[in-house]
Amino acid sequence: MVTSITNLSRNGVSDWLIQRVSAVVLLAWFLFIGYTILNLGDAGYLEWRALFSRLWMKVFTLAALLALFGHAWVGMWTVFTDYLTKGTLGATAAWLRFAVQLICFVVLLVYLVWAVHILWSI
Amino acid sequence: MNQKRPVDLDLSAIRLPLAAITSITHRISGITLFAGIALLLWLLQLSLSGSEGFAQAAALLGSPLVKFLVWVVLSALAYHMVAGVKHLLLDMGIGESREAGPVGARITIAISLVLIVLMGVWVW
Repeated sequence: MVTSITNLSRNGVSDWLIQRVSAVVLLAWFLFIGYTILNLGDAGYLEWRALFSRLWMKVFTLAALLALFGHAWVGMWTVFTDYLTKGTLGATAAWLRFAVQLICFVVLLVYLVWAVHILWSI
Repeated sequence: MNQKRPVDLDLSAIRLPLAAITSITHRISGITLFAGIALLLWLLQLSLSGSEGFAQAAALLGSPLVKFLVWVVLSALAYHMVAGVKHLLLDMGIGESREAGPVGARITIAISLVLIVLMGVWVW
């Protein structure tokens, strides 16, 4: 029996839902931040800093980063398992795919920790 | 083992319809964003590091190379979001018919192009 061991939730339907919920969180965050930047007044830096000092903004931003982690994992997994296959790469495909996924995981972990660092140094 | 298991279609041998082109572009924009998040986080960190950092970030956005990179990332973001919203609509059963496919693809491309041009105007 072949079981999937590298997709986020080990369950396609659950991955599907995670992809959608995280998409909505990310959409909300980027629309909000876009609106904020367009309406940044003369006191640009002070306003910008004040926004990110608020707890709700830290929660919102961290939620967006967690959503990004799940969203990007599911998305990259889909792309890797579609194109990095035995058909395109030959016998070593599984190893190569695993290596690429490992790199993907490390990058997403760095993004997450980096964002926490940025948010809590304010 | 069953030797007649289904195999993936050879995409390079098929002429992709418009909806397939918007789908592959959705994936390409996603991969672009995966890398582009680093640029956005870096600019966020710089802009929040102090008033000097904020001014530095603003100055960086004045350089043609950073302008171009930011525009690429924002364009990928705009496209990914528009195509993503189309996906959510499809999940709700809107625009799923055979006839609606190319129409949805055209709308996705049209809205994205407008947004990409607006991003360019805003960045430059």
